[in-house]
Amino acid sequence: MGFSKDHLLARLQELQIDYSKYEHPPVLTVEEQAKYVSSSEGALSKNLFLKDKKNRYYIVSAMTDTKVDMKVLSQRLGLGKGGIRMAPEEALSELLQVSLGCVTPFAVVNESARDVSLLLDQKFKNQTRCIFHPLSNDVSISLNTLGLDKFLQSIGRDSVYIDLEANPVVGKDQPPDLAVYVPSNSVVVPELPTKTASIQTASKNVSAEKTKPVASAKPSKLAGNVKSAVEDSALLVFKNPEKFVEEILDKTTALLLSEGKGENVEALAETFRKRLTSEFTHLAVMYKNTAYSQGFYAGTQSQPKRP
Amino acid sequence: MDVDKKDSIASDSSEQVVNPWEVAAKDGGKIDYDKLIDQFGCQRLDDSLIDRVQRLTSRQPHVFLRRGVFFAHRDFNDVLDAYERGDKFYLYTGRGPSSEALHLGHLIPFMFTKYLQEAFKVPLVIQLTDDEKCMWKNLSVEESQRLARENAKDIIACGFDVTKTFIFSDFDYVGGAFYKNMVKVAKCVTLNKAMGIFGFSGEDHIGKLSFPPVQAFPSFPSSFPHLFPGKDKLRCLIPCAIDQDPYFRMTRDVAPRLGYSKPALIESSFFPALQAKNGKMSASDPNSAIYVTDTAKEIKNKINRYAFSGGQDSIEKHREIGANLEVDIPVKYLSFFLDDDTELEHIKKEYGEGRMLTGEVKKRLTEVLTEMVERHRMARAAVTDEMVDAFMAVRPLPSMFE
Repeated sequence: MGFSKDHLLARLQELQIDYSKYEHPPVLTVEEQAKYVSSSEGALSKNLFLKDKKNRYYIVSAMTDTKVDMKVLSQRLGLGKGGIRMAPEEALSELLQVSLGCVTPFAVVNESARDVSLLLDQKFKNQTRCIFHPLSNDVSISLNTLGLDKFLQSIGRDSVYIDLEANPVVGKDQPPDLAVYVPSNSVVVPELPTKTASIQTASKNVSAEKTKPVASAKPSKLAGNVKSAVEDSALLVFKNPEKFVEEILDKTTALLLSEGKGENVEALAETFRKRLTSEFTHLAVMYKNTAYSQGFYAGTQSQPKRP
Repeated sequence: MDVDKKDSIASDSSEQVVNPWEVAAKDGGKIDYDKLIDQFGCQRLDDSLIDRVQRLTSRQPHVFLRRGVFFAHRDFNDVLDAYERGDKFYLYTGRGPSSEALHLGHLIPFMFTKYLQEAFKVPLVIQLTDDEKCMWKNLSVEESQRLARENAKDIIACGFDVTKTFIFSDFDYVGGAFYKNMVKVAKCVTLNKAMGIFGFSGEDHIGKLSFPPVQAFPSFPSSFPHLFPGKDKLRCLIPCAIDQDPYFRMTRDVAPRLGYSKPALIESSFFPALQAKNGKMSASDPNSAIYVTDTAKEIKNKINRYAFSGGQDSIEKHREIGANLEVDIPVKYLSFFLDDDTELEHIKKEYGEGRMLTGEVKKRLTEVLTEMVERHRMARAAVTDEMVDAFMAVRPLPSMFE
């Protein structure tokens, strides 16, 4: 599953990033954390995991005394006034692979979080050290922002520091200043079985299986930085029958989950045909072309039959 | 022949100029397509033809047909008549590989050709005129060959079926049966005619003069003996942008004299530039076009900042008067790429009557284009050099009509 804290700490050491570690009983809030980690070690952080109406996710990591106004943030991101809210619990475990009370900038090390936008308080930069959970809420580590930057760079991310307390005017001639940090891709996180329609009668295990393909299919959607990974998995979809079928099922289930509420089955079937036919034909043609090309290449290399 | 009069290029800047190397509207305004049809002497693709295509192919006609993007033709009716009788045809289209950066306008003929291939179940030859670009754009031979291969990858990514498609570059393929046909065609076109059709002058080098036959005879099945042996009467249908018409007028003129069927044409209008100036999207101005390599952010940015809007200056005025749909680029682009007729009508109505704002239309457009570009990129990533080799190999295509 996701990165473990030990894994992360080992990585920090590999990168020669200096940090101090504090172990304590699991804490769910900043107040509790403050009891065990004094402010002399560094600046405590509050970490919010947010989601917008288009299923795009954000981690906002700030100094505890920084006022984060969700309305202002939403506007600055170009999402309108009420466009952003706290992400649901299942997204926390699906995308960040951490438990409650454990949101941390380090969570973006997970593949599943590749489309989550990370926004850091620029006030962190003035601190000698800042304190975050290293993927587990029974440990805290303090490190300098340069260390955090180095880590983010190592996973192909840019560090984004913003003035979280700024409240610039957003209007026709003043475009939202943070809009560029809105992720290019949205993420489908299936709801927990207890909540919705008959399709979700499956147990939690099955829905966990369903979501794994969503997480692993994301590499085939294009995110800005990691191009070669994208290309490799694109190639796989067209070469490997299992990946091919997985891709088809991902797209079908995604459509089912987004359209399948309350529609009768015939109408749904029609929608499927309409929306998916051309896309799947395209996929199938590329699959065919790949197979043919491999055969063709094999033909050029093959030795003539012995008489 | 009548052909001569119609073919002379209007060098007057107060007339619109449309030829394979230049497209400019009259006085910097819009291209007058009706006049073009008159001037060129081709025919309008009307609704009855579109219905006929629907009946013959048992599927919804492509969005480009429904929206009048492909709007003119020559002899398309005859091709359909023959098809109904059981006489197939093959498709021929091409690209001049002048740059690596392909934009959406470049993809349009290929997207349409792919639909034709699937709907009618016919084979396709694609010509990459690397020699033309070497001559006209003064590229080195190696560079134009390299660009041809790179462009081939984007073309393949449009979804052509390798068992029915032959891609070739002129530098690779010209010779043999091809060259024999080239000479036959060249013998039928006088220097004066060529100068009249293409606007050549005494200053142009002779390479240019000898090029038109190269583009002409992929229209003749005997140029592909490995594909169509013995099928000399097989008809050819050429989907292309209307500025290519001069080449094929010449070809149609020559065909009967060589005992071949005249190639049929189905022609498209130009894809407008983002800023709506002049005739068409230009690969040299990056902000006039959406490239297949643009990221989602870049697409969003380009549309928001550069797409020429027909909306009014203020929200109040807009709600009162509505948008000017004639000049609005986002709506025009949506009419090319938004498949859902109902949704497009809805947008046009709401926007035209002022209830929908430019921002919303642009947002929808960004979604549609981003999806398209990402799909293309994924397919493109899967195109290997082996695949290009396979598409370009001179090989028979036994299942080409299946």
